[in-house]
Amino acid sequence: MNVVVLVKQIPDPANPYELVDGRLKRGVAQKVMDPGDEYGVEAALRLVDQFGGEVNVISMGPAAAMEAIRRALSMGAHKGVLVTDDALGGADALATARVLAAAIKRSEFDLVIAGVESTDGSTGVVPQMVAELLGVPQSTFAKEIEAKDSSLTIKRQTAAGYDMVECPLPAVITVTAGVNEPRYPTFKGIMQAKSKPVDTVSLGDLGLGGDDAKPTQSVDAVNPAPERGAGEKFEDDGTGAAKVADLLKQLKVI
Amino acid sequence: MSQTEIRSSFFTEEHDALRASIRAFVEKELTPHAEEWEAAGNFPDDVFPKLGKNGFLGLSYPQEVGGQGGDYLSTLVLKEEMARCGSGGLAMAVAVQTDMATPPIHKFGTKEQVDEYLKPAIQGTKIACLGITEPDAGSDVANIQTTGVKDGSDWVINGRKIFITNGCRAHFCTLVVRTDQPSGYNGFSLFLVPTDTPGWQVTRRLDKLGMHSSDTAEIVMEDMRLPAGALLGEEGKGFQQIMWELQGERLVGVAGSIAGAQLTFERCLAYAHERTTFGKPIGKHQVIAHKLATMASEIEAARRLVYDAAWKFNNGAYPVKEISMAKLYGAQVACRVANEAMQIFGGASYMMEVPIQRGWRDSRLIRIGGGTDEVMREIIAKLKGL
Repeated sequence: MNVVVLVKQIPDPANPYELVDGRLKRGVAQKVMDPGDEYGVEAALRLVDQFGGEVNVISMGPAAAMEAIRRALSMGAHKGVLVTDDALGGADALATARVLAAAIKRSEFDLVIAGVESTDGSTGVVPQMVAELLGVPQSTFAKEIEAKDSSLTIKRQTAAGYDMVECPLPAVITVTAGVNEPRYPTFKGIMQAKSKPVDTVSLGDLGLGGDDAKPTQSVDAVNPAPERGAGEKFEDDGTGAAKVADLLKQLKVI
Repeated sequence: MSQTEIRSSFFTEEHDALRASIRAFVEKELTPHAEEWEAAGNFPDDVFPKLGKNGFLGLSYPQEVGGQGGDYLSTLVLKEEMARCGSGGLAMAVAVQTDMATPPIHKFGTKEQVDEYLKPAIQGTKIACLGITEPDAGSDVANIQTTGVKDGSDWVINGRKIFITNGCRAHFCTLVVRTDQPSGYNGFSLFLVPTDTPGWQVTRRLDKLGMHSSDTAEIVMEDMRLPAGALLGEEGKGFQQIMWELQGERLVGVAGSIAGAQLTFERCLAYAHERTTFGKPIGKHQVIAHKLATMASEIEAARRLVYDAAWKFNNGAYPVKEISMAKLYGAQVACRVANEAMQIFGGASYMMEVPIQRGWRDSRLIRIGGGTDEVMREIIAKLKGL
């Protein structure tokens, strides 16, 4: 089973994010592979351990995004592709999806794994767009993955619990942080990562032009989420249960 | 590592990636439990296999014995990052496993001994301790009284060891024994002893000032019979075989203490911003700012001494002078930083719920363990022809 994992190099989420003209300031010193991507890499490695094949890590970003690919390779992935091109600065979700889909199509794949959403951009739509562009089914929010020869069964996390979803391969899936415990890179893995093959390609190499990279969305404003209110406190003077029931009715929960 | 920062001449990009990996492990698997384990006076044995699974117990051992094939600096990275868990005892227990009890097995062990002890120690499935110190043989290490007498092809061991880190939980001990009347440093031999050998007895679990999560044992060996295959290396050359190892022990020990001082410094720096007295953050009072500046400078100086000695050690030198100086100076800096941190935190530092007191208690050991300040000065003085 050949598995593609989509990864992204992001400013370290441990430090506060800074916005410049509605865009995230990316020229910061501390950058890391998106922690959400570790789950995808781990899931891919486990599938390849079970079924054979290779894990191919694909990323789009500036040259420094190579570090994210190396991080995945040090965990045990086999090879990587970095799509880097000056024309891609400011690419939105659709442009990113076009580029990633074109990069994925360059080789045979059975499965594409991505995180649910990036920790910095948080659009949460790129994997779905990639699936559409590749013309394969998508199965999102996986918290458990079970693969057979030509199909995949996932437990799909929902607000109420989970759905069991089966889909044929090839497919695109997104994985949640609960799907596994990602391994830590070993020193051996880190040293081996240096000599693993990584292709660096431009838009032109993928048969795409500048128009494909142009954003079709623009961010007008970014505001912090409103702080949560203090909530309401009930003292139970014997009518507590009724008050709670009223509240639940108001919320249309019961 | 910041891209704008000029790379340290000591560490490669791979060392930095290893540091990030260990730091993530420590932050997730160890730091959240440090308080609980310190309070319990113990940490669970399964920390060893968890570290082993990620290759962290065999960083500088070759891949043929299950190691990662890294250099000495990779093990130094482990020591620095382990210190950040905030429990000196845990970091020390792991250092005994990786850099004190097992290097002689790699260097002098037979294939059987490597299979039986070194490989499982690297996996973390066997816990190791090192039996050198005795009630009458600490700094005066040549005064070791534990004896090994030949009986047919067996050895019969009698004696007592004390202050043995990991001694209560160890599966095996790398033991130093007098097998002949000492003439100079000859007459001592090393043995590998499974701790379920009849005659091996942990008589006390010792209560310590600091390093609470680590177990420290007193051990009595009474007519303990070992087969000929338990001898590690050459009979009568145990002292020489262990002495070079003590150099590595000193270096990783002090590297961990300086990393602990760095953690204490970072806590002080954060506190200097948060804590307000006389209408301003304490860091804006010159007395506190200057204390922090001195702490930072001394930590940096001590770290450079360690890195320089480690670099020489890594490149095949046997830099006794540099290691002794790094140990002496680093140990003093670690204690000074911990002491100043108590002043910066004031009354809070004296409370057990604030980790500053732990740094103060834990750091005190480094001026004694692995060779005291006085022994270090003695070595340096002799090397200067005095």
